[in-house]
Amino acid sequence: MRQVIIIGSGPAGYTAAIYAARANLAPLLIASSVEFGGELMKTTEVENFPGFPEGIQGPDLMMRMQSQAERFGTEVVYDDVASLDLTGPVKKVVLGSGAEHEALTVIFSTGSAYRRLGLESEDRYSGYGVSWCATCDGAFYRQKTVAVVGGGDSAMEEATFLTRFADKVYVVHRSSMLRASKTMQDRAMANEKIEFVFNSEVARITGGDLVTGVVLRDTVTGTETELDVSGVFVAIGADPRTHLVHGQLDLTDEGTIRVDGRSSRTNLPGVFAAGDVVDPIYRQAVTAASSGTVAALDVEHYLEALPRDDVAPAPEETEAAAADPIPAAAASA
Amino acid sequence: MSARSVTDATFEAEVLNSDKPVMVDFWAEWCGPCRAVSPILDQIAEEHADKLDIVKINVDDNPETAMKYQITSIPAMKVYRGGEVVKTVIGAKPKPALEADLAEFLA
Repeated sequence: MRQVIIIGSGPAGYTAAIYAARANLAPLLIASSVEFGGELMKTTEVENFPGFPEGIQGPDLMMRMQSQAERFGTEVVYDDVASLDLTGPVKKVVLGSGAEHEALTVIFSTGSAYRRLGLESEDRYSGYGVSWCATCDGAFYRQKTVAVVGGGDSAMEEATFLTRFADKVYVVHRSSMLRASKTMQDRAMANEKIEFVFNSEVARITGGDLVTGVVLRDTVTGTETELDVSGVFVAIGADPRTHLVHGQLDLTDEGTIRVDGRSSRTNLPGVFAAGDVVDPIYRQAVTAASSGTVAALDVEHYLEALPRDDVAPAPEETEAAAADPIPAAAASA
Repeated sequence: MSARSVTDATFEAEVLNSDKPVMVDFWAEWCGPCRAVSPILDQIAEEHADKLDIVKINVDDNPETAMKYQITSIPAMKVYRGGEVVKTVIGAKPKPALEADLAEFLA
């Protein structure tokens, strides 16, 4: 039986693991079999993570977080969660391999999954010109023309990255206003290979064996036009990855896991959530990391407040609990 | 044991002219998901060595083959039988999902 199992290996999961491990809770972290490290594994330069004035490569940052978590006693398992039973006092986690683990607490930090356009042609051309990962596939578009769909930071980053290879990059966005941060917008706007196509959405993707174009629909007039492109990179945001906890944890209207105020406490005692899976707004590596910290501290308070059958509480522990500045942690036990 | 590498020069002999079905993993050094799926392919290769050959080809070093098979997204895993592509799997997937995709070649 574990004190805590952490599900997810992005900034939230690893930061929770660092704190939990330093609190001697010997966390088990389920990292996923192929998506370990989370979203940052697919990014290049991360320039807004404090402490790295020259920037750091996303995968390097995640490897560092993992080493830091392991250094203090986190055990990392490269597998996926097949099912979860979070309702009782002992939480059960079943992995893809069939291995079963039990713990008194679970931190759920599974992040989010790329949103799809929802077009039939998108499925058909997935891997044949439609991509969700510019850093993986950008090099196949040397001297070609591509389209990036989306108006947020990830769309700006992908578009800017793709100009290393492509001759021309269209950024197709539904409205006339970008959601991306000023820095990212300015960088994309200043890039002469990038052309913005506003008030447009993708009606369908066209081609033979491979993509040869996109049909765009004007979101104001409804008029359709075609752009000749060899690649379409979809960067229209992400949805919280909650399918494992449907029916067990309460969700918000935005689809994120509902937590109590600024804490990480879900509707179930002993179950905590952190990172993008609870955050419909900010979704940064740093906010995910801080959310992971909150979850680890909430786990500590919860475990301290659990009644112990085996040992009488030591006097120091009673005092510590009495001095607890966050009484709500005890209330959830 | 890790899956062996093939090149533009050896592709025909080792893949197209093989008696057994061969799955080719098109990958590159700079592709994170490729590195993630690589150890899983090694495991599958080892567990099903009698049924399916699994080999890797670096798309940077072997552009001819990558271009011939119109690779635009990696990792791309293609199964060849009798010189023809009979199955394509795109993207890194967990082991059970890959095994399900490849079921007909592993049984």
